[in-house]
Amino acid sequence: MVEKTLTRMDLSEAVFNAVGLSKNESADLVENVLKHMADALVDGEQVKISSFGTFSVRNKTERVGRNPKTGEEVTIEPRRVLTFRPSHLMKDRIETGNKR
Amino acid sequence: MIRSELIQKLADENPHLFQRDVERIVNTIFDEITETMARGDRVELRGFGAFSVKKRDSRIGRNPRTGASVSVAEKHVPFFKTGKLLRDRLNGR
Repeated sequence: MVEKTLTRMDLSEAVFNAVGLSKNESADLVENVLKHMADALVDGEQVKISSFGTFSVRNKTERVGRNPKTGEEVTIEPRRVLTFRPSHLMKDRIETGNKR
Repeated sequence: MIRSELIQKLADENPHLFQRDVERIVNTIFDEITETMARGDRVELRGFGAFSVKKRDSRIGRNPRTGASVSVAEKHVPFFKTGKLLRDRLNGR
């Protein structure tokens, strides 16, 4: 099986094929979808895409970590991380698609 | 934000497009990502993040209630890793 990584370009191509828009406009729409999602997440909002999955922002508290190379203790500052929880539909699709 | 709100934002920005076309565009993007992972491939969206498939080997699990061993089949699960730019933006950098 040939491995292929999908990029923005492929998504714009799919949009271009699905709707009668120019390639430029298709690319802009893909970019704006990502931009709106990112903006909402940066605002601390959850992004819930039905039948796809949910992106949520979690707050991590400060903790003491270790530099694995030097063994030196370092304080890891409180930070916000993004998690993605796939929908059941996506999980099922990935499972059946990768089964052989 | 939910799917319909995302569609509404895009529709407001693109008054020359029919609402149903905006819906089609948004659905196409998410379907394309899912179908790519269903083929076992990766989706890399620089600055936003990357979607990939992780393989979980089959293992012997246990029924937590009865303690009985059960074999859990190999499975493939979707995985998302946040892009550097978005990770930095989440932390005000």
